[in-house]
Amino acid sequence: MALTREEATQIRKVALEVRQDIVRMVHAAGCGHPGGPLGMADFMSTLFLQHLNLSSDNRLSDDRDRFVLGNGHTCAGYYALLAQKGLIQREELLRFRKLGSQLQGHPHRNLELGIDFSTGSLGTGLSVAAGMALGARLNSWDSRVYCTSSDGESQEGQIWEAATSAAHWGLGNLTVLVDFNNIQIDGRMREIMDVRDLEAKYSAFGWHAVTVDGHDVIAVDQALCAAKETTDQPSAIIAITTIGKGVSYMEDTSAWHGVAPNDEQLAQALEELGAAVS
Amino acid sequence: MHQLAPLSKGANQKIATRAAYGQALLELGNQHQDVVVLDADLSGSTKTAVFGKAHPDRFFNCGVAESNMMGAAAGLACTGRKVFASSFAMFATGKAWEPVRQSICIPQMDVKICASHAGLTVGEDGKSHQMLEDITLMRVLPHMKVIVPADSVETAEAVRLAYETPGPVYVRLSRASTPVIFGDEYRLELGRGAILRDGSDICIAACGVELAEAMIAADILANRNIEARVVNLACIDPIDVDLIVDSAEHCGAILTAEEHQIRGGFGDAVAQVVVRHHPVPMDLVGMDDSFGQSGPASDLIRHYGLDGPSLADRAETLMQRKER
Repeated sequence: MALTREEATQIRKVALEVRQDIVRMVHAAGCGHPGGPLGMADFMSTLFLQHLNLSSDNRLSDDRDRFVLGNGHTCAGYYALLAQKGLIQREELLRFRKLGSQLQGHPHRNLELGIDFSTGSLGTGLSVAAGMALGARLNSWDSRVYCTSSDGESQEGQIWEAATSAAHWGLGNLTVLVDFNNIQIDGRMREIMDVRDLEAKYSAFGWHAVTVDGHDVIAVDQALCAAKETTDQPSAIIAITTIGKGVSYMEDTSAWHGVAPNDEQLAQALEELGAAVS
Repeated sequence: MHQLAPLSKGANQKIATRAAYGQALLELGNQHQDVVVLDADLSGSTKTAVFGKAHPDRFFNCGVAESNMMGAAAGLACTGRKVFASSFAMFATGKAWEPVRQSICIPQMDVKICASHAGLTVGEDGKSHQMLEDITLMRVLPHMKVIVPADSVETAEAVRLAYETPGPVYVRLSRASTPVIFGDEYRLELGRGAILRDGSDICIAACGVELAEAMIAADILANRNIEARVVNLACIDPIDVDLIVDSAEHCGAILTAEEHQIRGGFGDAVAQVVVRHHPVPMDLVGMDDSFGQSGPASDLIRHYGLDGPSLADRAETLMQRKER
């Protein structure tokens, strides 16, 4: 079923709040990765609000949905969404990356907070998500497993081992969302090591694959609905995004992959993101 | 006086630990529905095919993709399964080390890595397949337990212990048929070693296939009027600190024997206890910064000085360093 106008508006509103949290969190930490999660905020908000069956009530139940942040460095946005869902305390967001915080620089499995798995080393997430999906099917659980990945991560060989196995095992309960922004740490993905057409690649590996505008919450929602309806093969959604989306000086550049804004830059970012600056 | 471990009364029976693993895994699977087994296209060699045939719904062949197998094992463990993942030691711990660290050890998943074809006794396949660094690679990982069973009886115990122990466990298995050492009543406990034969002149501590060589060495030494204590330390992590300290006090010198690099391996684990708790002269027998080569297993063991007679000579030399 297509998104209602109200639902789409709510997702866009949450995505904006998530973006504000991302820049605040990375600024407070003095380090971190703002660019990636700013780009992912629209499709992640669509997933978390509209599709992912995870809440503070069911976070420990067997048949909840699972989520693995394959590109673990983008966790500021993930944590902000878990806070939106009431799984993480808002005060904790500003302790991101600090000593003793539950919000590690890359996600660490913590089921109380709704963090299903530890990631950070690129290439490892999709294998784990495939194992979760296989286990859920083995247990006859009505749960879906969602995993994020990225164009840069698609350079890792283990991704394609995982893609092979997920298709071989017919994991219709597995969906990967690939953040495709043509930026990696050292520059443009097309120049560093071009992964080419990921929709064609996933299709050739036996997946149901589509490419969408990762900022179009209606298109992302439709792709997620189609993934749910595909029960005999895993689904890949290639989400074309702009890294740093919403903060003009962070957009479409590798410069803000892993750099924190200073006080002035934070103020400008929050203004551009429509936050009431205190 | 310590109680000695029960020894096999059978005469010269030989069984490969990987074969014992296949049988133990089958029985574990019959008993426990939560056991799931993964392999990476070596199920005939690692003997997980025995489980796969009996429980095809709980057996998944991951193909020649060990890193993905370890990640998938972690994911399956998230769904309440106890996952046994097998391949050759080279690939399970070498090729897949990074996902073992990231996806199994960091989140402390219930994955039991049971790897066969470890060590020199792989034989003719040569240096590419003779994994001589796996103990080092696994014992250095936080949360990983490391068990190196010496025979078929201890392998069955290791499988039981791996199942009962929460979190990641590494079990090192061998290709070659090796003597059955322990009696059926032998029990392996986490972090506990065992004395097979007592003596106070020298302690020979061993694990895996080297335990049988250590027993041969003790016989040879006895003929030279040297009484050796032979200690089995199958559980390398956590290691039996009390038994090592007791042996250092009792014997005054410790020789370790392993079918593995001495750098970072079993001998190093023993040495760490000795230097921290009760320093005595030590020597480490194993591969000394060298890869192996092709050849029959028994020839290789002799060539690299890992056989009983070589151990006896090294023990006697070490004894000369004891304080009088």
